[in-house]
Amino acid sequence: MPKFIRRADPAVLTAFACIVLLLFLGSLYSRSFLSPEYLLQQLKVASFLGVVATGMMLVVLLGQIDLSVPWSVAAGAMMACAAAAYGPAGVVLAIPFGIFCGVLIGIVNGIGVAYLRIPSMIITLATNAVAQGLMVVYTGGFSPQDSATGAMRYLATGFAIPGVPNAVIIWALIGAAMVFVLTRTGFGRTVYGIGNRERAAYLSGIDTRRVVMIAFAVSGGLSAFGGVLLAGYASKAAQSMGDAYLLPSIAAVVLGGTSILGGRGSYLGTVAGVILITLLQSILSVMQMPEAGRQIIYGVVIVAMLLLYGRAPASR
Amino acid sequence: MKDWRYWLAEQRGTLLALGIFIVMFVIYTSNHPAGFTANVVQTAANKGVLLAFVAMAQTLVVITAGIDLSVGMIFLLTNCLASWLVVGTPMQTTLGVIAVLAVGLLCGAINGAIVIYGRLQPIVATIATGAVYYGIGLLLRPFPGGSVNEDLADAMTGRVFDVVPASLVVLLAIVLVIWVPFSRSVLGRAAYAAGSSETAAYMSGVPIRRGKFAAYTLAGLLAAIGGLFLTFFTYTGDAAYASGNAYTLFSIAAVVLGGVSLFGGKGSAIGAIFGALAFRTIGDLLFVFDFDPLWQPLFQGVILLVAVSLGAFALFRVRNRLEWFL
Repeated sequence: MPKFIRRADPAVLTAFACIVLLLFLGSLYSRSFLSPEYLLQQLKVASFLGVVATGMMLVVLLGQIDLSVPWSVAAGAMMACAAAAYGPAGVVLAIPFGIFCGVLIGIVNGIGVAYLRIPSMIITLATNAVAQGLMVVYTGGFSPQDSATGAMRYLATGFAIPGVPNAVIIWALIGAAMVFVLTRTGFGRTVYGIGNRERAAYLSGIDTRRVVMIAFAVSGGLSAFGGVLLAGYASKAAQSMGDAYLLPSIAAVVLGGTSILGGRGSYLGTVAGVILITLLQSILSVMQMPEAGRQIIYGVVIVAMLLLYGRAPASR
Repeated sequence: MKDWRYWLAEQRGTLLALGIFIVMFVIYTSNHPAGFTANVVQTAANKGVLLAFVAMAQTLVVITAGIDLSVGMIFLLTNCLASWLVVGTPMQTTLGVIAVLAVGLLCGAINGAIVIYGRLQPIVATIATGAVYYGIGLLLRPFPGGSVNEDLADAMTGRVFDVVPASLVVLLAIVLVIWVPFSRSVLGRAAYAAGSSETAAYMSGVPIRRGKFAAYTLAGLLAAIGGLFLTFFTYTGDAAYASGNAYTLFSIAAVVLGGVSLFGGKGSAIGAIFGALAFRTIGDLLFVFDFDPLWQPLFQGVILLVAVSLGAFALFRVRNRLEWFL
């Protein structure tokens, strides 16, 4: 057996095995399932989730969670489209502004978790509600500009390299950056350290609060960037466009073998999780499964897979 | 220290929530065009008890240091189910009510089984089961509709002796029948002990698993009672994703306002009930003061943010920096 297989995380292998299984099932259902065009299309759809899940993974590695994803995604998309309404300068700044709004939400989360010691699932739920409130006031107060800029459409649907959608390239770049940060930098080492035992990391002289804060800011920014891409893909922003990303992004991270308690997990697993979820969604939609069935299968699959390899240690 | 001081220390969160609620409600009724009348109280009570039931459900789980992000979806699912089953002759209606409550109980038991015996993190597990419950709700009611036994619904949402809102009477009855026995039983004590320090409780031979399981199961039941009441108020079943999410979110806000510690082991369902009533009244204040309804989500979000940030005051009592990381 090659070395890399022996060293691989069983969870990641399981996830990849499930991907192969899904592809096989899909090809039984439809001949075109294995065609390069279809697979590239799936990869393009996966890349939006991939960008969001990258941020989620960083936070989960710390042993925290970011439930503000839905409205961070929506805020990123809506604010980027909103900026586009302010003349040529707005069009240029649309994408950075959208991401900036996500970073702001992330910073509030980070302050709450790192400095005020509020449980992350609570504070992120709260900021999610506030972001929702702000967006509702914004869209209701005056009529919003809701179409994406050309640059956003190009990022999401264009082809800089013939045959490879730009969204996939962006995901690959962000993923490569995350792999680099996690495996080659002190920051990444610290993230794993805090996830394993924050007290120990603190006692080793690490400014753990700053690291947690930065991680949440990055997560917020990546969620918003996912929203920007999504707006480019749909060529406009919509109110509840982020709702469909919360459960899948957590599921992708956890199914990819990252421990929800933090400190353990690899980006390769998250990639596998994202592709797995996207394929599952795709098969369900090819089978014309209604929304209800999709939600049920989703939930059941996630619980089942977690029971397979995501269990916490037994009581002492 | 005297006995009453212990009692006061234990009930501080609950009393604070009661105080906040009374202040809010006085401001609300004194600015309401109709004033403090039976009608205004009835409307307020009917809106408040929905959240109160869901908040009670959340409290039970939060006491064990867990969290149930599926309560809103159990609430929706049982609402949809009730719009099918709670109709017809008194006998059929009774059976329907029992079936709806049983389904709630089952949902809670599934959550409990997955979290405790499956050893999954409550947050991920309940998000996933929440999706399943929502999916089943959507299966039952792809479009809003259905009906309910109107005699029963009117009795539950009306007034007793033309003064006291019936929904409040039911709320009180549920507290007496479910919460009081539970919190005084061995299982209830075990749930508190598990939330306070699971290891210590386990070492002392407290049946923490059974206690936590009972808490999750009863939480499902309470959420189902909430769903049943939603059907009584609206006469329909509606699987609205946003509404289920909002109830989950607000239940956490109510729990926090009600002085229940999110780290477990502290607080009572009574506090959460007043927290829920206060949270609802705060939301309604906007209408009394003639604000644009558009601002309501933002207003509620900010209240939630402030409420959860209040917990940070505990940091001032920290003597050693290491206590931050416990």
